Amino acid sequence: MSAMELVCPAGTPSALREAVEAGAHAVYCGFRDETNARNFPGLNFSRKELEEAVAFAHDRGAKVLVAINTFAQAGRTKLWKQAVDDAVSIGVDALILADMGIIDYAASRHPDQRLHLSVQASASSPEAIEFYVREFGIRRVVLPRVLTLPEIRALNDEIDCETEVFVYGGLCVMAEGRCLLSSYATGKSPNMTGVCSPPSHVAYREEDDGEMVSRLGAFTINRFAPGEKAGYPTLCKGRFETGGRTFYVFEEPTSLNAVDMLKEFRDAGVTALKIEGRQRSKAYVRQVVGDFRRAVDALASGADAGDLSLTSLSEGTRETQGVYRKTWR
Amino acid sequence: MPFRLPDRAPHFVRRLPTPPLGLLRPVFQQLMAGLLRRHPEMFDRLGEYGRVNFLIDPVDLPVVFIMRPDPETPLLIPYGRDAVPEWSAAVRGPLPRLISMVNGREDGDALFFSRDIVIEGDTEAVLALRNAIDDADIDLFEEVTALLGPFGRILASLHGRVGPLFGRAAAIMRRGAGTGGPAEGRKA
Repeated sequence: MSAMELVCPAGTPSALREAVEAGAHAVYCGFRDETNARNFPGLNFSRKELEEAVAFAHDRGAKVLVAINTFAQAGRTKLWKQAVDDAVSIGVDALILADMGIIDYAASRHPDQRLHLSVQASASSPEAIEFYVREFGIRRVVLPRVLTLPEIRALNDEIDCETEVFVYGGLCVMAEGRCLLSSYATGKSPNMTGVCSPPSHVAYREEDDGEMVSRLGAFTINRFAPGEKAGYPTLCKGRFETGGRTFYVFEEPTSLNAVDMLKEFRDAGVTALKIEGRQRSKAYVRQVVGDFRRAVDALASGADAGDLSLTSLSEGTRETQGVYRKTWR
Repeated sequence: MPFRLPDRAPHFVRRLPTPPLGLLRPVFQQLMAGLLRRHPEMFDRLGEYGRVNFLIDPVDLPVVFIMRPDPETPLLIPYGRDAVPEWSAAVRGPLPRLISMVNGREDGDALFFSRDIVIEGDTEAVLALRNAIDDADIDLFEEVTALLGPFGRILASLHGRVGPLFGRAAAIMRRGAGTGGPAEGRKA
């Protein structure tokens, strides 16, 4: 049986090379501007770097997918359209898009280009996905992390489109493309400017007693006791006092790890497995991609993948299978 | 068995007297100049953040460093802990973990989650620096051997043979490792 496609993150050209060498079937990346949802300082690719990266990947049989997955701003859509045109002319294997206007532009201007629907589009029903397939020729949809495994299986039975699911990395609060928490606190968001909880608004302070305080904009979002494992400084991972209790109101700082569910994803008709983490280092990419490639190959050949311990790389050094195995109402 | 750095230097190292900084400063300046020559793309990727004064605080050493990765005037200056100048962004952690991160062997976020690395001040600048270094494929051992000229080439040729010795020393250091607090310093 053929292996599922492993789609891996690359925040920099060096991380892309690591991902390819570690066994990625496809690598996703973005331009160095607000057209992609990981617009962090020091990350992403210039046009020339993307050209070199595509040549490197294609020489080794790997694909390059370019995320242009923020929502174009009124009066400034040229930036997004130019990103589409440049990525196509460079020869990338697919565009990962979210904004309906930009999808329409790409589909009409470049009808032969393979298009994927970003998780940011938050399409989670057969009707929504079929609309994108019918109107724009979308070939693959990256499923929002709101669906259980039985729901993914049922969805695949109803749609005429490949599906890609997240299997490792940071989690969102199940409102992808619609979350306003970062905008509320900082005026910037992953949806519009490509940054969730932008580092320009993040501050850490270590107290004399070893407690670490993290702040986002005007909000204190967490206090970590000495030695306590930390998480990302996002409002959704904040620990707040409410109803007389201090706890993680939205979600706990924990990473998704669905490495034990690959067979179930395959049986549910999933085409591709996505690893989150374009903001992570090449050390993360090397280890996570290598381990998941072993797991994917082992599944395809019926072999044992061996030890796949990724806990030390996880947010808060804790892991979950998220909503795939929903244990709450 | 592959050589692995100890988690941190032994406790006594931080208590050692401040080394002769006047002798060390030209060496570190040469190291920084070498980085600019061999990894110009790192300085390019940093962009405006190259003009930030970073405090690099190896918490297990008696010295700290001010780094300004400005391609016009790159600086890497060691200071004693009693005379830390103003800085805008700080990265603190045990020297071996900082080296592993620069060499692309350990993930900065994972070191942050585990609290091995602490950052303060301008978070955006620290993130830009981390990302630019990670992309640059730096090997600090190669940088040091390049700095030493012919002696460096001899050292590089011995690297494979002395590796096991370093490994044993590292294991002993891991057993004797202690703790050390951060430098005081002043945020600009």
